[in-house]
Amino acid sequence: MTRAFKELLAYREILLILIWRDLKTRYRGSVLGFLWTFLNPLLLMIIYSLVFSVYMRVEIHAYPIFVFAGLLPWIWFSSAMLSGASSVVDSGTLIKRVPFPPQILPAVSVTAALVNFVLAVPLLLVFMVAWGLPIGWSLLMLPLSIAIQYVFTLGLTIVLSMLTVRYRDLQQLLANVLTLWFFVTPVLYPTTMVPARFQALLMLNPMAILVGSFQDALYGAQVPSLWPLMLVAVLAVAVLGVALAVSDRMRWGLAEEI
Amino acid sequence: MPAAIELHGICKRFRSLGGRPSTTLKSAALELVRGRRQRARERFTALRDIDLTVEAGRALGIVGANGSGKSTLLKLVAGIYRPDSGTLRVRGRVAPLIELGAGFHPELTGRENVVINGIILGLSQREVRRRLDAIVEFAGMREFIDAPARTYSSGMYMRLGFAVAVHLDPDVLLMDEVLAIGDEAFTRKCADRFAEFRRLGKTMLLVGHEAAAVERWCDEAVWLDHGVIRAHGAPHKVIDLYRQAMSEQESDALARSYEQPMPSITVAGATSEARDRWGTGEIEIERVRLDDTYGHERYVYTSGEPVTIRFAYRVRRPVDSPVFGFAIVRNDGLWVYGTDTTLAKVAVPALGTAGEVKVTIDALGLVAGRYVVDVSVHAADGTPYDYHSRRYPFSVRDDVAERGVAKVHHRWHIVPDAVSGHP
Repeated sequence: MTRAFKELLAYREILLILIWRDLKTRYRGSVLGFLWTFLNPLLLMIIYSLVFSVYMRVEIHAYPIFVFAGLLPWIWFSSAMLSGASSVVDSGTLIKRVPFPPQILPAVSVTAALVNFVLAVPLLLVFMVAWGLPIGWSLLMLPLSIAIQYVFTLGLTIVLSMLTVRYRDLQQLLANVLTLWFFVTPVLYPTTMVPARFQALLMLNPMAILVGSFQDALYGAQVPSLWPLMLVAVLAVAVLGVALAVSDRMRWGLAEEI
Repeated sequence: MPAAIELHGICKRFRSLGGRPSTTLKSAALELVRGRRQRARERFTALRDIDLTVEAGRALGIVGANGSGKSTLLKLVAGIYRPDSGTLRVRGRVAPLIELGAGFHPELTGRENVVINGIILGLSQREVRRRLDAIVEFAGMREFIDAPARTYSSGMYMRLGFAVAVHLDPDVLLMDEVLAIGDEAFTRKCADRFAEFRRLGKTMLLVGHEAAAVERWCDEAVWLDHGVIRAHGAPHKVIDLYRQAMSEQESDALARSYEQPMPSITVAGATSEARDRWGTGEIEIERVRLDDTYGHERYVYTSGEPVTIRFAYRVRRPVDSPVFGFAIVRNDGLWVYGTDTTLAKVAVPALGTAGEVKVTIDALGLVAGRYVVDVSVHAADGTPYDYHSRRYPFSVRDDVAERGVAKVHHRWHIVPDAVSGHP
């Protein structure tokens, strides 16, 4: 496990160049180029605002901002999970021909998605100013939430990327799971709208706590409650630890199975 | 100097495809529900108990048939596979030249791909930048280096990949059948580069079907056969042994087509399935074989060797003055030679009820290639009694790659300073 972690650091140059490649190829050859980063959450924000705020009249102040603040971390998470899970299979030619720690590949997916997230945050801040919402010192809590979510997502994608080599249909399953997961995570609605007897259920969903912390820090301009966040942090480190141990065990079989 | 590559008791097994566990969650779940136990994993041994040491600065060539474990050995040394047992030690930076251009991205430019590929193969960012010009120059791609890789031809792809690989400044070079890439000019450039590596005392491991490349580049050679080292030593000795075994194997395979049951005889054109045998059946040809000079059945010959075509006949209805014939046809249908007892002015004695015909060819004057023998017995007017067409293959090997079909016996005399054509 520690070896797998050390490798991630030792191969950071490969990690960086692959992230650069990922970002570069994603937007090259498309007319809108880098604007795609913003377009996807923007369109979702507009549609959800129309449906929930205009049609269904959910009474939440500055609903589009609220949704946007929740969508950004969720999109980071789900896009990282999807591309991360298939990252090892997608780079099969590399795995088969170059000695190479495979856990780098999901790390590339998670980090590239993080870059997109970070680039979209200023846009959210601009919207907040335009809407007249206060931007609080709570913004300084953002790196903590980012770090925890990064570790959590990385751990999950490392395990998924290696399992996907053996079970190719994991990819489809994951897409479905993510859709369901999205709706039980308070992105479109605040935690406070969930009835009291379901609150405990929310606490079982680490993404609920993470997304909530982003919404608090950004839209709510308040410091998120630290206790649940710390629990998620412990969970995230545990998940990553297990993931690295798994990758240590599975990595040698990958070149043969891909 | 310590050994650059050391392998002791290396074994490598693969899960064979048939015994593979479920490849989808769905099938895994189904197996679980149906209570079917996962089949015991069948394993296939790719390498068995390999002991091999390559001293630093030596070039070792590995020859062997497909599936003999050559590439597996290379991937073990490269660190892509891990052995199931045994110890493996490689000293110094390894440059794996295994399928070049792995990881090139079609949307990125050649330059960007070179940087990425270089870093993936173990160079630092700065090292790549410093070598970039040399790499581009070596690949001969100055004009195209800023175009996306998807616009490259497969040759350009390979050249660029190769250029990156030879600029890694490795201590140990691993090469998998990559010597034959690009045009002649590029091949020469590669040859120069290898010569330079040799001079600099780099260790090389070369895998190839091309025994000639191994003979040319290597100090020693290993012959791998079904995962076991069959021979290790001077390249020409190892390659001779390997070639001999290969031709024996090929001969055995060819012999099988002589053992196939013969279709029953039919009048020419009567049925379509008997396209390789026809005739009226007064005399039948029964067993055909090729013998070498020692009377051993053999189907792979070296050009210039003596060969005897032997076949048995059986007389069903006695006929007057039968004629025996044979022909040699190249496997693409080109008629090489044909004759019969009439043309050769050979008197055919009374045949009795059964007997044997032997045609002795003193020197098989054919260029290397695959051929078939036709044999026949027919009436003086040409009506076939029994004609066997394209049934009996054999193969000719040669050390030299001459052109054409027939090996025309000849000698050269070069006479400098001769004033006229006749001294």
